Amino acid sequence: MKTIVNVSRRDFIKGSGALVLGVALPASTLAQMKVRTFAPNAFVRIGTDNTVTVIVKHLEMGQGTYTGLPTLVAEELDADWPQIRAEGAPADAKLYNNLFWGPAQGTGGSTALANSYEQLRKAGAAARAMLVAAAAGKWNAPASEIKISHGTIYWKDRRATFGQLAADAAKLPVPENVTLKDPEDFIYIGKPARRTDARAKSTGTAQFTQDVKLPGMLTAVVLHPPRFGAKLKSFDASKAKALKGVQNVVAFSTPVTDGVAVLAKDYWTAKKGRDALTAEWDEAAAFKLSSSQILDEYKKLAATPGTPARTEGDADKALASAAKTLEAAYEFPYLAHAAMEPMNCVVRLQAEGCEVWNGEQFQTVDQMAVARLLGLKPEQVKLNQLYAGGSFGRRANPASDYLLEAAAIAKASFSGTGGKAPIKLVWGREDDMRAGWYRPMYYHRLQAGLDAEGRLVAWKHVIVGQSILTGTAFESMLVKDGIDATSVEGASNLPYDIPNLGVFLHSPKMGVPVQWWRSVGSTHTAYATECFLDEIALATKKDPFELRRALLAKHPRHKGVLELAAQKAGWDKPLPKGRARGIAVHESFNTFVAQVVEISTTEKEGSHRIDRVVCAVDCGVAVNPNVVAMQMESGIGYGLSAALAGAITLKDGMVEQSNFHDYPVVRMNQMPPIEVHIVPSREKPSGVGEPSTPVIAPALANALAALEGKSPRVLPFSNQEISFA
Amino acid sequence: MLSLNVNGKHVSADAADDTPLLWVLRDHLNMTGTKFGCGMALCGACTVHVDGQPTRSCTTPASAVSGKRITTIEAIGATRAGQAVQSAWVAESVPQCGYCQSGQVMAAAALLAANRNPSDADIDSAMSGNICRCATYPRIRAAIKRAAKGLRA
Repeated sequence: MKTIVNVSRRDFIKGSGALVLGVALPASTLAQMKVRTFAPNAFVRIGTDNTVTVIVKHLEMGQGTYTGLPTLVAEELDADWPQIRAEGAPADAKLYNNLFWGPAQGTGGSTALANSYEQLRKAGAAARAMLVAAAAGKWNAPASEIKISHGTIYWKDRRATFGQLAADAAKLPVPENVTLKDPEDFIYIGKPARRTDARAKSTGTAQFTQDVKLPGMLTAVVLHPPRFGAKLKSFDASKAKALKGVQNVVAFSTPVTDGVAVLAKDYWTAKKGRDALTAEWDEAAAFKLSSSQILDEYKKLAATPGTPARTEGDADKALASAAKTLEAAYEFPYLAHAAMEPMNCVVRLQAEGCEVWNGEQFQTVDQMAVARLLGLKPEQVKLNQLYAGGSFGRRANPASDYLLEAAAIAKASFSGTGGKAPIKLVWGREDDMRAGWYRPMYYHRLQAGLDAEGRLVAWKHVIVGQSILTGTAFESMLVKDGIDATSVEGASNLPYDIPNLGVFLHSPKMGVPVQWWRSVGSTHTAYATECFLDEIALATKKDPFELRRALLAKHPRHKGVLELAAQKAGWDKPLPKGRARGIAVHESFNTFVAQVVEISTTEKEGSHRIDRVVCAVDCGVAVNPNVVAMQMESGIGYGLSAALAGAITLKDGMVEQSNFHDYPVVRMNQMPPIEVHIVPSREKPSGVGEPSTPVIAPALANALAALEGKSPRVLPFSNQEISFA
Repeated sequence: MLSLNVNGKHVSADAADDTPLLWVLRDHLNMTGTKFGCGMALCGACTVHVDGQPTRSCTTPASAVSGKRITTIEAIGATRAGQAVQSAWVAESVPQCGYCQSGQVMAAAALLAANRNPSDADIDSAMSGNICRCATYPRIRAAIKRAAKGLRA
C-alpha cells in the first residue's frame, strides 16, 4: 500500500541525485522555487553518500550556529549526528531572511537559534516524512509502521540509509504540514552534541576569508586617512611602485572613506608598498575632537532633560520630596571589536557580475550595497560564505564598510588597468583598530530617591551617547520618537519595582563611526544600573542580593537566575578577610543572566585576583548546553577585557590605539575559572551569544565595592589603576 | 631564492629576504593554517615551531630560519604531543571562532613536548602570549591537562 500519492511534476523539488528540501517555507515562496530549477535554496540536502547537509543562513563566527541549527534538523530527522554537515547559505532575502528582522538576511542580536527554532525543525520533519514515504513506496509498507533511528530507516527486517533513499525521496511532494516531536522525545535537543567545526578548527583546516586564494589574485593593503571624514587630495606612489612585486596603486572612494590601495601578489610586498606611500588629505570636514572634549559635551548634555524613553510616576517630584538622594555618573569609552581575524574581503569583478568571499554577517544588506557601488543588480553579486575569525558585531557593518572598500579597489583596479585580477583586501591589525565602527562612548547620570524607611522610591537615569541605528537599515524599526532602542535597552526596561522612574536620552552626533558591539546597549546600561543599585544597597545597608530579590518580585526569570547564581556561589557563606563577592543580573535579547564574582586582594598594592565566576543563565530550552556554557564563558572573557583595560581614545580626532599592546585584552593568566548553571526551561530558546557579556563588569565592580567600599565609575578600570593579575 | 625546511620537506620561495616566515608560509607556500592576527608578535596566532621552539612567525624573517626545522599546524598532528593536543581540543570543545586556535595548538604542543605534567602556572606562562578573543582559555587549560594525562598514560 502506498500512502503518498505522487502529484504533478511541477510540485517536485528535486536536486540532482539528492533530496533538496525547502520545506518550512511559506506557500508563496515555494511557488517561486518551483520555477527556479534546482537552485540551492533550502535548508536540508541529503546526499546519496548518506551525508545530511544543513544549509545555515547565519554566520558561524564562534557562537556555535553551525552546531545549534543543524541540531534542530537532526532532531526532527532522527539523523545520526556524525552524518550531519553544516554549510553557509547564499544571500537570499526571501529564503534565508532572519525571521525576526523581516526581509533581510543577517546575524545579530542573538537571534540565530531563536528565529530558526521552528523553521529548521519543520525542515527536518518534512525531510523525515519524505524519507518515510520513499521507504513506504519502495517496501510497499504502511508509512505509520516505518521507523527512523540515528540515520537508519526500519520496517520489519528491511533497513535503509538516508543516502539509499535520497533519490526516491526527491521525487515525492513536499508535505504541507508536518508534526514536530514532543520535547519528551528529543534525542539531541538538550544534549551536548559535538560541534561540527571543532576538528577543522583544531587542525588549521577551517577556511576563513584570510585563507582564500584565487588564480591571479592580488592582495590589497590600504592607506586610510588619519582622521574620520578626511578626503584624499593627492598621493605619491613613486616609492611604492619602485618596490619589486608591487603591481598597481589605486585611489578609491566609498561612501565610508577615501583611501589608497597597493596591490601585490603577497601581503608583505603590498604592505611595504602601502608604508612607502605618502598622501595629502583635505581635512576640512574631518572629525577633530578629542575624547576629553566629547566627554565634556556629554556631561553638559546630561544635566539637561533629554528625550524620555520611559516614564513611570514622576521621578523629579519624587526625588525632590525624598528623605535621602544618591547620585552617580558613569563614563564609558569607545571600544573596538578587535576580532582575531582583522577585516578582509575577497572580490572578483567580471563583466557579468561580482563574486565576494567573506565571513558574511549581513548578507542581503552587503549584497545590495556592493551592487549599488558597482552599478550591478543585487542578483549579480554572489556571496560565498566562510567562517569568520570572530566578529562580535563588526562584520555586520551598517555601511558594509570593508566590503565596499574591497569592491571599490577591484573596480578601480579593473578600470585602471583593464585587468581582471581578483582582489583580497587585507587589513593589518592597526588598520582594523583605527577604522572606526566602535561601541560608542557614553555618559550616564543616575539619581535615586529613598523614603524615610530607606525604600527606593525614585530613579532617574540620563544617558548620553551617539545613536547606532540612525541612518541604518534598522532605523525605521528601532528608532521611535527620537529614541534609539539600542541606546537605552537594559535601562528603559529596568525590571526593578520602583514607583517613580524616568529614563532619558541624548543622542549627540559625532563624526566617529559607531556600531553594535557584543550585547550593544547593555554593554553600558547593565553596568550603570547594576553598579548604582549596589550603591543604593550599600547606602541603605541592605544585602545586594536581597535588595534585588525584593525588587524583582514581578520578574520571575530575573529572580530565578539571581537565586541560582547566589545559591551556587554560596552567597550566604562568609568569606575570609581580603576576599569579597559581587553580584549582578541583567536580561538582554530575552535571555537572563546573573553572575557572582569572587575576588581577593593580592600582595601587590592595588592588584586583585578574580578567584571565581559563577554564572546562571535562563535561555529557554538549552538546545546544546555545551554551546550555551561556551558562550557564557566567552561573553565573560569579552566583557572582562573591556572592563579591565578596553578603551579607544581620540586625540584631536586621531585614534590613539593601534594593536594589542595599547588595546590590551584578557589573556590566559587573567581568565578566571567559570562555572555555568543553566535554568531548566520549556520556554522557546533565546540567544546566548551576547547576554553574558554585560553582566561581568558590574558583578566585578560590585565585588570591588564590597571589598573596598566603592566601585569604579569610569571605565576601563585600568584608568583608575585598578588591576587584576 | 629562499630555501626552507618546512614539515620535513625542503621547499623554496621567491620572496624578499625581509619577508616574515608567516607570509612565506601563507602567500608563497600556500600553507594557510598559520594565521595572521597582529603582525607584532603580540597575539600568537602565527605560532610555529622552529627547531621545536614556539616562534612567532609574523616577526621572524624567513631568511633567519633557513636551515632550521620549521613545523606548522599542517604537520603538528604527526607528533605525539600535537596529536594529543588536537584530540583534547575536540574533546573539550575548545574552538569557537577558531581563528587563533592554530597558534594555541602549536603553543600547547610545544609546552607538552617539553613538560608532560604542566602546572597551572606552567600553562599560564606558556599560553599567555596567545590571545583568544572568544576567551576559550578555561577550555584550553582543561584540554592541555587532558592531553598531558594522555601523554603520561
